[in-house]
Amino acid sequence: MSFCTKEGNGKDKIMFLTKDDLSSPSTIRHKEDEAFDPWEPHGLILPNGSINWDCPCLGGMASGPCGLVFRRAYTCFHNSSSQMKGAECMSDFDALTKCFAKYPKLYGGKDKSNSPTDAATSALVDGINTPK
Amino acid sequence: MQTSHLTRLASIQHFNLIKRSLTRPTGPVLRKLIASDASPTTNYVRTTCEFRFASTTTSSSNDGQNSHDEEQKKKNITNLMYLAGAVTGLGAIYTIFQNRKSSKEKQDAVSAYDTKQLKSQHADDKLDASKKTLVEKVGDLQDRKLLAEEEQPVELSKTDLTPVIPSFAQYLIIGGGTAALSAFKSIRAHDATAKVLVISSEKYYPYMRPPLSKDVWYTDDDNLLNQYMFKQWNGQEKSLFVFDNEFYADVKTLNDEENGGVGVVLGRKVVNLDLKTSVAKLDNGWEISFEKCLIATGGQPKSLKVFQTASNRLKSKLTLYRGIDDFFALKKVVDSGADVTIIGGGFLGSELACSLAHRATENGKRGNPNGKITQLMPEAGNISKVLPEYLSKWATERVRDEGADVLTNVELVGASVVQDGKVSLSYIDPQNPKKTSYITSDHVVVAVGIEPNTDLAKSAGLEVDPDQGGFLVNAELQARHNVWVAGDAASFYDINLGRRRVEHYDHAIVSGKLAGENMTGAHKPYWHQSTFWSDLGPKVGFEAIGLTDSQLQTVAVYAKGKPTDEEQKRDSEGNREQQDVAPEATANDLKHKLPESKGNLDKDDYSKGVVFYLKENKVVGIVLWNVFNRIAIARKIIKDQQEITNFQELAKLFNIHQD
Repeated sequence: MSFCTKEGNGKDKIMFLTKDDLSSPSTIRHKEDEAFDPWEPHGLILPNGSINWDCPCLGGMASGPCGLVFRRAYTCFHNSSSQMKGAECMSDFDALTKCFAKYPKLYGGKDKSNSPTDAATSALVDGINTPK
Repeated sequence: MQTSHLTRLASIQHFNLIKRSLTRPTGPVLRKLIASDASPTTNYVRTTCEFRFASTTTSSSNDGQNSHDEEQKKKNITNLMYLAGAVTGLGAIYTIFQNRKSSKEKQDAVSAYDTKQLKSQHADDKLDASKKTLVEKVGDLQDRKLLAEEEQPVELSKTDLTPVIPSFAQYLIIGGGTAALSAFKSIRAHDATAKVLVISSEKYYPYMRPPLSKDVWYTDDDNLLNQYMFKQWNGQEKSLFVFDNEFYADVKTLNDEENGGVGVVLGRKVVNLDLKTSVAKLDNGWEISFEKCLIATGGQPKSLKVFQTASNRLKSKLTLYRGIDDFFALKKVVDSGADVTIIGGGFLGSELACSLAHRATENGKRGNPNGKITQLMPEAGNISKVLPEYLSKWATERVRDEGADVLTNVELVGASVVQDGKVSLSYIDPQNPKKTSYITSDHVVVAVGIEPNTDLAKSAGLEVDPDQGGFLVNAELQARHNVWVAGDAASFYDINLGRRRVEHYDHAIVSGKLAGENMTGAHKPYWHQSTFWSDLGPKVGFEAIGLTDSQLQTVAVYAKGKPTDEEQKRDSEGNREQQDVAPEATANDLKHKLPESKGNLDKDDYSKGVVFYLKENKVVGIVLWNVFNRIAIARKIIKDQQEITNFQELAKLFNIHQD
């Protein structure tokens, strides 16, 4: 059913395998990863609870001209323990909206291709939903 | 009293007239007057004063005898003359001062004052003006003088005196490509108020290079392209620029920004780097001292020996393809119906062959001019440095399927422009080695690799890798305590795979990010393996990771049996991996429809599979051939560095039959 060949003077081995050949679970066991590898990239929320501002999911929001304003707003939101998460952060989010308005092309509407706003919003949602 | 006031008034009028007539043309004359003994002038002034005083006292008596009046008149005229002379002298002195300090604004202010005075003198309130005492009139003249000397705060502001490029940079980035962008993004993420100064030789703000050989050629909307945008495979429109210009701070005021920012200087090169003094010198002589510096200079497209002595005419038909301008120029050529020959069988050459062939075909379908697209290479197949030979040859067939003519095993020996203006390339065809073969085309694209830009190594005293090229840096991408290198130009130490220099987009992202973070105080080594990918038309695409050198021993597992026709779906894991790369990868997923099965026992059907690259029985590299969204599994296998004997078991991890 399946067969192997050798090309390139025996250097390159080729195997043709059917679906059945590859159906049973693999016997290869991966090495266990460290609980927190300091060298690996992490998601939005680091294992120690702090926010990873360099997360690709933020699309550069924390790096741009509204970076500091965004951090203030999101930190407040993240630390918010009230039932309506972020309820006490309205002034911060207000400041953020004002900052966004200053750079419409950067933080513009949905049809703008370089919109980190959507990325950040979904990142916020992910951040809440991640059980950590 | 009245008379003398009037004469004084007349003398003022006189003074203005005299001043105007005397000022410019007689400047040097008056200068001489000043330069020479000043005593006549002082005498004038003294006598004038005496006379003024005298005439005041004299005129206070109101005796109206006629003879006395006539004498008085003569005296008045003399007084008038003396007064006129004195005032002219005074006028001359500060006119010269005025000219010395002259600025247009001051002259305007002064002439405005003059016109105002003239107007007031011609006005009906002449009598009111005449009631002005001499003190007041002298006061007016003094005001006029002050106006002439006064600094105009509005015109000469701080910004006028501030240089366009700062002379100090907290974080200096040399280069404005992908690694640079990834670095400044990371620097700002870790140092919230960082002031980053980028010196880029490009004339565009940082843009993405991968779409220039793929997506842009498949975008049929010229208006969109002219806005530096393109259409992805999923139809979504994207800009070539990673950030809108609004992201960047004003270079001039960068160092004054409380919250910092990223300022980009375009069209400038750093030509000298002095690490003794931490000073970078630009090609216009400007010097910038810095705290920390990142070298992200990338590379220059290589050319070939046959083109070194090319005439200007030949050069005009040659493109060393790399940037945005190269795309627009080549698109014009292709759209004109030109025959284009691409030299080079690597990623760029192969992708361009497919993309150009596609565009030419589409042009033809619309009844527009379309030419022939040919690809030449010295190797036996496309992307032969990565793909094992059999797979490389199979890939060549797929490029031919796209409509490009591919000539392999071609040794280029000459190039020239022939009579009708076409380019003739001469080569040796191994099937006919005794004679020289020719291929004629209208335009030639050279895609034979890049040379890393390490010009700064000399002045900076930095080491260059003699084998792989590029600046030698350690595992943390550091060359010196305050100098890092990232991207194409970095020869770095990979803890798992050894010393490498990688010329891929994702590596520029990963290394730029790492260098940026380390510049803000971290000490992380290169650890997260970067990936790369390529598309050879809509039917063939692959993702790869690690050391994928075709000279290594390889073991490959291909799917046997009828593959499903399902479209690839977007995987959230693939999306989260690298936000920058994911859109491309995602687009790949949607467009890769599998070719129909040619039959169960078709030996040569390498349409879907995984290739493992081995060093001492350990997997150091993996190519996922038309298999998507499994890069994380591949990364884990390379990270583990376990000895593998059973590749069937290893292949199971990838589930290649399933979409």
